[in-house]
Amino acid sequence: MLEAPSPDGPVLRRTGAKDRTLATSAAQRSSRWLTSLQVWVAVILLVIVFGSALLAAFVAPYDPNEIGLDKALQAPSVQHWFGTDQLGRDVLSRVIWGGQVSLLIAACAVALAGAFGTLLGLVAGYFGGAVDRAVMWIADVQFSLPAVILALVLVGAVGPSFANIVIVLTLANWARFARVIRSEALSLKSRDFVLLAKLGGASPLRIIAHHILPNVLGTFIVLATLDVGLIIILEATLSFLGLGVQPPDPSWGTMIADGRGYLERAWWISVCPGLALMATVLSGNLLGDTLRDRLNPIQRRRW
Amino acid sequence: MSAFLSVRDLRKTFPVSRGLLQKAELLHAVAGISFDVPAGTTFGLVGESGSGKTTTAKMVMGADEPTSGEIVIDGRDIARHDKTERFAFRRLLQPVLQDPYSALSPRMRVDRIIDEPLRIHRIYPSTKARAERVAYLLDAVGLPPSAAQRYPNEMSGGQRQRVAIARALALEPRLLVLDEPVSALDVSIQAQILNLLRDLQDRLGLTYLLISHDLAVIGFMSTQVGVLYLGRFVEVGSKETILSDARHPYSLALIASASPDVNAAPVSGEIPSPLSPPSGCVFHTRCPFARDRCRQEPPSLRQLKPNHLVACHFAETIRLETNNA
Amino acid sequence: MSDLLRVENLTTWLATESGIVTAVDDVSFSVRAGRTLALVGESGSGKSMTCSSIMRLLPGNGRIAGGRVLFEGEDLLAKSPAGMEAIRGRKIGMIVQDPMTSLNPLLDVEDQVGEVFKYHLGDRSRRLRRPKVVDVLSRVHIPAAEKRLGSYPHEFSGGMRQRVAIALNIACAPKLLIADEPTTALDVTVQQQILALLRELQRGTGMAIILVTHDLHTVQRFCDEVAIMYAGRIVEQGPVSEIFARPAHPYTQGLLRALPQLGSQEERLPLIPGQPPSLSSLPPGCRFAPRCPRATDLCRTEYPDWMATSGETRRSACWYADEVLG
Repeated sequence: MLEAPSPDGPVLRRTGAKDRTLATSAAQRSSRWLTSLQVWVAVILLVIVFGSALLAAFVAPYDPNEIGLDKALQAPSVQHWFGTDQLGRDVLSRVIWGGQVSLLIAACAVALAGAFGTLLGLVAGYFGGAVDRAVMWIADVQFSLPAVILALVLVGAVGPSFANIVIVLTLANWARFARVIRSEALSLKSRDFVLLAKLGGASPLRIIAHHILPNVLGTFIVLATLDVGLIIILEATLSFLGLGVQPPDPSWGTMIADGRGYLERAWWISVCPGLALMATVLSGNLLGDTLRDRLNPIQRRRW
Repeated sequence: MSAFLSVRDLRKTFPVSRGLLQKAELLHAVAGISFDVPAGTTFGLVGESGSGKTTTAKMVMGADEPTSGEIVIDGRDIARHDKTERFAFRRLLQPVLQDPYSALSPRMRVDRIIDEPLRIHRIYPSTKARAERVAYLLDAVGLPPSAAQRYPNEMSGGQRQRVAIARALALEPRLLVLDEPVSALDVSIQAQILNLLRDLQDRLGLTYLLISHDLAVIGFMSTQVGVLYLGRFVEVGSKETILSDARHPYSLALIASASPDVNAAPVSGEIPSPLSPPSGCVFHTRCPFARDRCRQEPPSLRQLKPNHLVACHFAETIRLETNNA
Repeated sequence: MSDLLRVENLTTWLATESGIVTAVDDVSFSVRAGRTLALVGESGSGKSMTCSSIMRLLPGNGRIAGGRVLFEGEDLLAKSPAGMEAIRGRKIGMIVQDPMTSLNPLLDVEDQVGEVFKYHLGDRSRRLRRPKVVDVLSRVHIPAAEKRLGSYPHEFSGGMRQRVAIALNIACAPKLLIADEPTTALDVTVQQQILALLRELQRGTGMAIILVTHDLHTVQRFCDEVAIMYAGRIVEQGPVSEIFARPAHPYTQGLLRALPQLGSQEERLPLIPGQPPSLSSLPPGCRFAPRCPRATDLCRTEYPDWMATSGETRRSACWYADEVLG
C-alpha cells in the first residue's frame, strides 16, 4: 500500500527532468560494458599477482638472492624478462618474491585492522554514549596523525620485523573501519528487527553478533578490498625508507629504493616493482569500487 | 472478567529543546490515559499522527519508560519487575510492528528469525524440536513449510508480515501489541492478515492491543475502542457504541472520513502541536460545534452510559446538531 | 465532448534483476476535461508506471515500448524532450505522495512557487511575481499566505506541504493534473481536506484529474470514472457508481468485498486468496486466474478479450463478465 515515492522525484521544473523514452541511452550501455571490462582486468591482474606470489617457489625463474656480478645491470631480455639489478639478481624473481612478502604483510595488516576496527565500530555504534565518544576520540587521534609518521616513529622505536610492521600498519589503519562500521551499526540499531530482538530478551552480544554484524559484512568486504592497496603502498613506503622489510629479502618498496641510484642506466630495477605495485593497488581499488556499487544498492525498489 | 492488561493514568513527556540557549519545553505525548483489556479481547486505539497511540504502544511493549502511571499485565505492574521477572515477562507479550521490511533481519533465514526467541529463552532445546516448532508456526500463519529456507528479501510484504507474526507467536505469548499491523500492506493482503489475526485470537485465546489510524480496521478487529487525540482519550466505548453512537465530534469526523458518504464535510485544520495544546477542550480549534465554554474549560472524560466515556461538554446533544448541520 | 487525454495501447518495459518485465501492458483509457479518473491497483499493478509513462518521467530502467498518449490531439510520446518540458508543469501537473521529495528544501515558498511563473510564464521580476504567488497560495487555502512566503518546506505540516505542491502545479492552470497517491501519507481528516481542495479547484478551472490510489473509499467519494489495474493490465473500467454497485470482474468484486466496512458485524473478511503474480513470471491466460474462484480452463490458457457490459460505458477483461455481473 505505501509505495516508495516515484524514484525520479517528479519535480515539475525544467531542471533535472530526465527524459527517457524509446531509446535506452547509448552512454548507459557503454558505461555498463566498461564496468565489466574493468572488473575483468582487475580480477585477471589480481589472480596473476596473488597466484605468482603464492607459488613464488615454483614460478620464479631464479633464486631472488642469487648474486652474479658478471650479470649485473642487464636490460630486460629473454633470459631475464625484467632485467637484472646492480648485483646481477633477476628482477622478475625478486618482484615475485617481493610480492609474496608485501601481500602477506598487507593481508595480515588488513585482517587485523579490519577485525579490530570493526569490533570497535560495532561496540561504539551499538552502545553509543560514553563508549562511542571514547572510541571515536581515539579514532580521531589516529586520523590526525599522518600514517607514515606514526609508522616511522613506532618502527624506529621497536625496530623493523615482520610482526612489528604488521602491528604498525594495523595501528595506522583500524580507524577507517571503526568509523564506517560505527555509522552502519548506528543506522541498523534503529531498525525494527533490533528493537524486536531487544524486546525478546536478546543480550547486546547476541544482537551485535546475530543482527548487526551480518548486515555490515558487505561494507567490511568493500573497505578491506580498498584498504589492501593503501596498506601495500604504506608498506612499500616504509621499506623504501629502510624501516620495512630488511635486505636481502626482496620487497617492492626496498627494490624501488635500491634502484633509485641506477635510474638513468637501469630504469627497470625500480620501474618493474613499481608497476607491479601500481597494478595491484589499482586492481584492488577497481574491484572495491565495483563491489561497493553492487553490495550497497542505493534503494531496493518495491513496486 | 478481570483485565489482562490494565493501564492506569499513563503519561509520557519528552523534553524538547529548541536551540542551544532556550530552556527545554515539555512535550506531553501521552497525557494520562487509562484503559482495561480483558483476556481474549481486543482493545483498539485509534488516532492520527501525534495522537500518542504509538508512544502508548511502545510503553506497553516495554520499549519506552512511562513518565508516570501504571501498566499492569497479568496482575503485575511491569515497572516493578526484577531482572528475571522481566526476562520471563518477555514471553507473555510480543509486538507486531508496522513495517515488515524493517522488522525482519535481512541476512537471517526465516527459520532462524522464527526460532531466535526459542534460542534466547532456551525452550525447545533440541534442534529437532525447534524445527518442529517452526514448521508448526509457519503452518499456523498460513505459510508453506518451504518458507523456512528463504530469506526475507525473497518474500512479499504480506508474507513478511506473516513471518513477523509467526515469530511473535513462537514463545506462546498471551498478549500481542499490534502497532499498525496492516497499514503497509495492499488491500487484498490486509484482509488476509486481519483474518489471520482474528483466527489466531480465537484459537489461542490471545489478547490484543491494536493500534491503527484506520477506523475500518479498528472496527473489524476490536471489542473495545479508544479514540485518542493529542495524547488524551476523547471517547472510549464498545466497538458498537463508537461506530454507531459516537458522541465526540472528533470520533464523528473520523467515522465520516472512513465512510463512502460523498457529502460528509471534512473537519477543518490539522492536529495542533502537542508542545502547545489548545486551552480548554483540545479539539476546540477544529470542532465545528465549539462554543465559548469549550475554549475555556477542559471537558472531563465522563460516563455517558455504561461502557461509554466521552470528553465533550455537549455529548448529549451533539448528534442532533450533526443532523441539522 | 472530446477526450482531453487519450492513452492508447500504452506498453512500458522495465529492466529488473529478473529480466525485462512489462510493467504497463496494453493500457488504454481516456479522460475528459473536468472529470476525474481513478487508476486503482495494488503495488506492482503498474498504476504509477502508467503515470510516469504519460509524463515521460520513467526511471532509468524503464522504457516505453509502444502505444500512443494523445494529449489535446498530440502524441506526447512523439514529442522532443524540450517539447515535453513545455508541457510538464504547464499543461499537465503532477503531485506525488510525499511532497517533501518534490519540494526543494532550500527554497522558501515564494521562490518555490515563483520558479513556476519564472520558467513557464517568463515572469522575471520577483516583485511582480509576488501577488501571483500569494494568489495561488490562497487558492489552495494556505492561511495568511502572504505571511508564509518566507517559510521553508520543513516548517509546514504534511497537509500544508501537499497544498504547496498543489499550488506549484496549478499555478499555470494546467488542463490535466496527475495525482499519484496524494493523500496516502496524510492523516485521515487531512486527506479529506486535500481531496475537497482538489475538487474545488477542478470545479473552478475545469481541469481533468487522474487520481492514482489504492484506496477504494477515496475512489467512491471523489472520482467519476475508474480503471482497475492488476499485474500491469486494466481489468475493468467504467463509471465509478456502476462499477462499485455491480462489479463485472472477479478481482474488483474481491477487492470491494475485502474492504472492512464500518459497522459490519462480519467475523471474517471475504478475501482474495494468494497474492498478485510477480511480473517476471506471469501466468498464461488471465493473470487473475490463479486467485479467481471462477477460473476455468479457458481462463487459465487464454487472456480474455474485453467484454463490453452495459452498453459502451464500461468494459471488463473477464470471460465471464456477464455472470459476475449477475
